[in-house]
Amino acid sequence: MSVTTAPTPATSPETHHEATGLWSWITTVDHKRIGIMYFVTSLFFLGVGGIEALIIRLQLFSPENQLISAQLYNQLFTMHGTTMIFLVAMPQAVAFFNYIVPLQIGARDVAFPRLNALSYWIYLFGAIYLNVSWFVGAAPNTSWVGYANLTSTQFSPGLNVDFWVLGLSILGVSSIMGGVNFITTIINLRAPGMKLMRMPLFTWMTFVTSFLLVTALPVIAVALILLAFDRFFATNFFVASAGGDPVLWQHLFWIFGHPEVYILVLPAFGVISDVIPAFSRKPLFGYPVVVYAGVLIGFIGWGVWSHHMFTSGLGPIADSFFVASTMIIAIPTGVKIFNWMATMWGGALRFTTAMMFAVGLVALFTVGGLSGIMHSSAPVDLQQHDSYFVVAHFHYVIVGGILLGMFSGVYYWFPKVTGRLLSEKLGKLHFWTTIIGFNLTFFPMHFSGMYGMPRRTWTYQAELNVEIYNQLSTVGAFFLGASTLLLLWNIWKSLKSGEKAGHNPWGAPTLEWSIPSPPHHYNFPELPEVRSREPLWHDDEKAAIEAVTLKEPVTEPEMPNPSFWPIIVALGTTVTWALVMTGKWWAPLLGLAFTAVGIYGWAFEDPFKKKAAH
Amino acid sequence: MKSARSILGLLGLALLTACAGEYPQSSIAPTTDFADTIHGLYVTIFWWTMVILAVVWVILAYILVKYRERPDSPKPKQIHGHLGMEIAWTIGPALIVVAIAIPTIQAVFATQQVPEDSLVVEVIGHQYWWEFRYPENGGVITANELHVPVGTPVSLRLHSDDVIHSFWVPQLGGKRDANPLRQVPEGQDLKYNWIHFTAQENGTFMGQCAEFCGDSHSLMGMRVIVESQEEFDAWLADLTAGHPQTVTQSQALNAVPTEAGTGASLPGPALQEAASQEEAPAEDPAIAEGRNLFLANCSACHAINGVSEAGQIAPNLTLLGRRSSIAAGMLENNVDNLVRWISDPQSVKPGALMPGLEYQGGRPPVVWPAFNLTPDQVRTVANYLYSLR
Repeated sequence: MSVTTAPTPATSPETHHEATGLWSWITTVDHKRIGIMYFVTSLFFLGVGGIEALIIRLQLFSPENQLISAQLYNQLFTMHGTTMIFLVAMPQAVAFFNYIVPLQIGARDVAFPRLNALSYWIYLFGAIYLNVSWFVGAAPNTSWVGYANLTSTQFSPGLNVDFWVLGLSILGVSSIMGGVNFITTIINLRAPGMKLMRMPLFTWMTFVTSFLLVTALPVIAVALILLAFDRFFATNFFVASAGGDPVLWQHLFWIFGHPEVYILVLPAFGVISDVIPAFSRKPLFGYPVVVYAGVLIGFIGWGVWSHHMFTSGLGPIADSFFVASTMIIAIPTGVKIFNWMATMWGGALRFTTAMMFAVGLVALFTVGGLSGIMHSSAPVDLQQHDSYFVVAHFHYVIVGGILLGMFSGVYYWFPKVTGRLLSEKLGKLHFWTTIIGFNLTFFPMHFSGMYGMPRRTWTYQAELNVEIYNQLSTVGAFFLGASTLLLLWNIWKSLKSGEKAGHNPWGAPTLEWSIPSPPHHYNFPELPEVRSREPLWHDDEKAAIEAVTLKEPVTEPEMPNPSFWPIIVALGTTVTWALVMTGKWWAPLLGLAFTAVGIYGWAFEDPFKKKAAH
Repeated sequence: MKSARSILGLLGLALLTACAGEYPQSSIAPTTDFADTIHGLYVTIFWWTMVILAVVWVILAYILVKYRERPDSPKPKQIHGHLGMEIAWTIGPALIVVAIAIPTIQAVFATQQVPEDSLVVEVIGHQYWWEFRYPENGGVITANELHVPVGTPVSLRLHSDDVIHSFWVPQLGGKRDANPLRQVPEGQDLKYNWIHFTAQENGTFMGQCAEFCGDSHSLMGMRVIVESQEEFDAWLADLTAGHPQTVTQSQALNAVPTEAGTGASLPGPALQEAASQEEAPAEDPAIAEGRNLFLANCSACHAINGVSEAGQIAPNLTLLGRRSSIAAGMLENNVDNLVRWISDPQSVKPGALMPGLEYQGGRPPVVWPAFNLTPDQVRTVANYLYSLR
């Protein structure tokens, strides 16, 4: 299991991993390569989800538009939401977990490297499976929340909902395994002296998020399995006419769905909690408070789910409880905002692109947080719920919080990953176009919602008089889309000819900046000893650490072998779920058999088998 | 600082006030006690959030200008935290939250209190139209245009016939879901959702379904007509009487008591007036033909009070000519639009269960066969339906 046991003289330096070629990526178990694969895949799906959003915006450009059909529109908005949450935001966070967390805690890999590869491949195959639905003309079409009983076979007889139920089930497997892996990694693989309360905030938020992953995903798994039974085996969990309860779906979905919001946003909070101190040249203000606030958000996040259901008719007592819990969760979130500002206060702020995105998050996430306060008030929510006002709200949270945080992370850690800096000039252009495009897209939605435009609508009547707001949103969306191309261009250009980064281009304090950029496949020749939260900001500690992290090892630490079993098991898992669609009881067994072969091979493979000349 | 305040002020005005005429579905132009309560709460919270936003943005702007790194910047003082500050910015927001929570919870209870002596209207959501029943007034039924009297407490009893819908007429107040009724063991009550309001202004208010309900969710509109008690009573009486001109004069007169006997509160003047209007001119043969075509082709699903009450699964078409819109608020009510709707409903409302002349585009939604009508016959039916006033 552990890959960080004392280095054993095993392989000679020439055999180490800089093996290239497709096969080396398919069989890799290196957390850094898996992180890169997660990142590239999620970036690809950001493009897919973005194109879906642009078609949606074109359709809404004018009232009573007939550009695309209602059926296609409903597939587009469903897939836009599903893609952005499950195929972009979550895996993008996992990409950072993978690449950064072992480096931040002084580990050579994650605790279960092959399981890590399996998580990635299941994510990839699940994502492909979900999108295959487009090519058979039956993309999911009942929104990303898939409210029962619209999803029943009676009202959704096609394959659309099947793809959704099974696709999300596959993806959930990947997320749960990822959560287990990172909890174990963070608990067990910290370098000497890396106490919990010395961990960088990004690692801390990964830790909290991982607990949310392993606890929240099973809830939606239950919901999805109940729905799958309703659809494939004619049970009636959500069928009202047979005594089932469609509102039960809403409870199950949101018991998962609200912690999911924090699964998405806490990693972004973690990123900027590292970025802001680095570029303020000051330690994070109130470190323990920011940590506890994150943990508290993780806990209270479990008790607020019914604020998504104020219109469902739960009665005044339940409404009041969820009003109170929802308002309470605003407090630790506010505390984080104030601590970030206090970190900057009195600092020497360097406005690198990473820092600008982090500051952008502080400013704009606040807007989303405050509109959230508005609909935490149940009666007010009765007006705002399921209107474009809510669409504005959660895009300020998701784009203004999560995406800006992730962009900040991209600019911050790109030099560590590639050894080259991203262009700051292009980066700043990217920042400003993102900010303008983002606000132009989503701010007007507050108005279209206030003036009565419900969400998930293929078109709107001219009488509503919300055309101008929709047009602004559409223009903004294309602006935002174009700005993202700037990031791609920047990555492409900087990969080829970016300025060389060196091991610590930002003068940042945490452990990942003590090793070469890009890191060796074994990360740390010897494990450093950590004595504080900002080890690289204390001259003596820095010298001691860099003495071991920058040297060339005499013998390389033993690292796990590449393995192709994870991709086999991932394929088997995906095929098993996908074959449920056929409705034949024996069909999934074929996939299970395939999976069993993979697990057998996996189990009897020696991960540390001595390599032949490779 | 000053300009920031004026920008915030402008923003505030735009998000707080809206001319109702300009924005017929505005959620910030309340016309009932229910909507008023919500709006008052919204305004309070809005200003609190603006204060917080101003504090955060102003301090942030100050920090960004004041503490940017300069060539001569000394190494910043390494401060790790300050307990007093942490307590301050925990307690401060907590107090604001309490200030918001108290009126919120009061409003939660106040808006869900069942008023005494309210007019109960049963609202049933269907893919993709609204059915309104008046159980206290003989169970009389109408569709897509709800009439309620001004100044009288009204209680909407919501449920759905198929999937979850949500009743939202913003000027009357917040939305509530219309859930499909869950079958319960004998002796237990069915669970309905309720909306209670007392309308304060006459007028016609627009609304639409707010919970995604399928292909034509975006086309599931409705109108609410708030009118004086007298107008409402007359309308209810006319609705109850329906259009008994289908039969001979004497049969029609005979029919009146039976219809009224089912419980209309005001059987008298309105009905007599209706009857006397019919007395004068002999019935237009084209109208009679339209009615026969309706009976032969439409009445399995649609009812018209006094003509045929068998069809219960599609909108009740009594007094259709008086409605301002058809197809759940999607088309202006006129003969041409009725012709379009009957001929090719899928082009107006994808996924609607209405068969149409033939399926054009989209997937055929139902097993029912297309209407066996010529275009001329469709127009005859449309003319007849439009004459139902």
